[in-house]
Amino acid sequence: MLNVGTTNKILRFGEWHAQTLVASLGRLTRAPFGTALTVGIIGIALALPMSLEVFSMNARSAAGSWQTALDLSVYLKMGLSEKEVSASYASIAKQPGIATAQLIMPADALKEFRRWSGLGIAIDELKENPLPATVVVRPQPTHDGQAASVSINLLAHNLEAIPNVEHVRFDTGWVQRFTAILDSIRRAAWVLGALLSLGVLLVIGNTIRVDVEGRRNEIEVLKLVGGSNSFVRRPFLYAGIWYGLGGGLVALTLVHALVLALKGPLGRVAAAYGSKFELLGPNLGLSLALLASSVLLGWLGAWIFTNHQLRSIEPGQTQI
Amino acid sequence: MISFNGITKRYPSGREALSDLSLEIAAGEMVFLTGHSGAGKSTALKLIGRIELPTRGQLIVNGQSVGGLRNAMIPAYRRRIGMVFQDHKLLHDRSIWDNVALPLIISGTPRRELDKRVRAALDQVGLLGREGSFPVELSSGEQQRVGIARAVVSKPPILIADEPTGNLDPDLALEVMLLFKRFNEVGVTVVIASHDVHLIDQLGYRRISLTGGRLATSTQSQVHA
Repeated sequence: MLNVGTTNKILRFGEWHAQTLVASLGRLTRAPFGTALTVGIIGIALALPMSLEVFSMNARSAAGSWQTALDLSVYLKMGLSEKEVSASYASIAKQPGIATAQLIMPADALKEFRRWSGLGIAIDELKENPLPATVVVRPQPTHDGQAASVSINLLAHNLEAIPNVEHVRFDTGWVQRFTAILDSIRRAAWVLGALLSLGVLLVIGNTIRVDVEGRRNEIEVLKLVGGSNSFVRRPFLYAGIWYGLGGGLVALTLVHALVLALKGPLGRVAAAYGSKFELLGPNLGLSLALLASSVLLGWLGAWIFTNHQLRSIEPGQTQI
Repeated sequence: MISFNGITKRYPSGREALSDLSLEIAAGEMVFLTGHSGAGKSTALKLIGRIELPTRGQLIVNGQSVGGLRNAMIPAYRRRIGMVFQDHKLLHDRSIWDNVALPLIISGTPRRELDKRVRAALDQVGLLGREGSFPVELSSGEQQRVGIARAVVSKPPILIADEPTGNLDPDLALEVMLLFKRFNEVGVTVVIASHDVHLIDQLGYRRISLTGGRLATSTQSQVHA
C-alpha cells in the first residue's frame, strides 16, 4: 500500500503535469499561424497512408461480397443411375466448408444449355444427353482472399475423392491475383506510412527546435533556479503531443472528407454492376490507432530534438 | 560554508579570471566582493552557482565539492543557492507571482502552500499586491526586488548577488542592500559582488577585494562580528 506521503507526491506530480499540459496548449494557441502550419503538414502526411489503408480495407470487403465467383462445379460420371447421383450428391453436400450445394440433373442441364447457347436445333438432333449430372457448390464465405483460395483448393481435393465424381472445376487464380494486388497496396501503405511518419517526426522536431531556440533565455533562467532537464523539457514534450493530436485529427478529417467525396460516384459505379458495395470510412479502431500513433510521433519527435537541444543550453554561456 | 582553495579559472579564450584564489566565507556571514570590473568578482560568483567550473583548485559549498557534482545533481545543488542578477533575469511573459513561484514549482512544492510562500516573499521585498503585474510594468528597482523575492522564496541557505544595485540610484541601492542585510540577519549566508565602495563602507560588512583574479585585501567586519 502507498503511504500518504507517496500518494501526495504522485497527486502533486499529476497536478503539475496537468497544468503544464494545459499551459503548453495555451502557448500553441497564442501562435495560431505557426501551429496551424505544423498541424496541417502533419495531417496531410498522415492522411496519405491512412487513405491507402482505407482503400485496401474497402477492396477487401468488396472482394468478400464477390463470393459467387468462387463457385465450384462438380461433374459426376456419365451414365449414373438416379440413385447413384443422389448418393453422390448427399456425400458432396455433407462436406465441411460448404454453404450450398445445388444438384442439376443431366436433363435440366441440357434444357438450360439449349436455352442459353442458341444451338437449339443442333441439340435436338443429339440422340443422347452428352451432359453429366452436375453439383454447383458454393463455399462458405470468407473475407480473406488468401485463406479462401487455400480452403477452396482443399475443398476441391476432397470433392474429387468422392466416388462417381469425374471432375471438379473452379478458378481461384483471379482470387490469388486480386489478393496479391491488395497485398501490394497494403504493403505500399505501410512503407509510405513509415516514410511519412519519419517526415512527421522531423517536422515536429524542427518546430520544437525553433521553439526551444526562441525560448533560450527562459530555459537558462529555469536552469539557474534549479530546473532539471526533465522539468525544462516537459512543456516541449507536451507541445509535441498537442501537435501530434492536432495532426492526427486533421488526417482523420481529410480521410473522412475523401470517403464522403468518393462515396456517391463509387456507389453509382457499383450499382451499375449490380453490386451493393458501399465505400466505408475508417472504423473506430483504425481511427484511434491513427490518433495514438500521431500523438506518439509528436511526443517522440519532441523528445529526440529537445534532448539534443537542451544539452547545448547552459547558463554558463551568458554573463550573470 | 563556502571555501575557495587555490582556485584558478581560465576561460577558453585564455583569459585567467581567477588565479590561485583562497578564501573562506563562514555560515551566516555577509560579505562583499569588490574590485574593478574584470577583477574576478563575477567569476567567483559563477563558480559558487556552478555556472562555471574551476580550472584548478577545490571549491566547497554547503559541504559539497562543486567540481565533483554530476550533471544530474546540479539542479538540486542550485536549488540551495539563491541567485540575484544585475539584469534580474525575470521571465517577461509571466506574472510576478509566476516568476517568484518558479523555484517552488521546480522543487515540487504543494500547490496549496505556493500562494502563501510567494506572498510572504513578496511581502519581504515590499511588493505585496503586485502579484498579478508583469515585469515590464515595474520599475527597475522593483524588478530587482522581484528577483530577490525569487531568490529567497525557497529559503536557500546561501544567497549570491552579482551587482544587484548596478542599475539603481543611490536611495534604491541602499534599500536593496538593507534587504540583503535583513536576510542575513535570519541566518542566510550572503555574498554580494559590487563595485559601489561608498555604499559598502556605509554598511560595514567584511569586504573581500580582488585585483586581477587575486585576493588584494580582506577587511574585517566593522559593525558585525
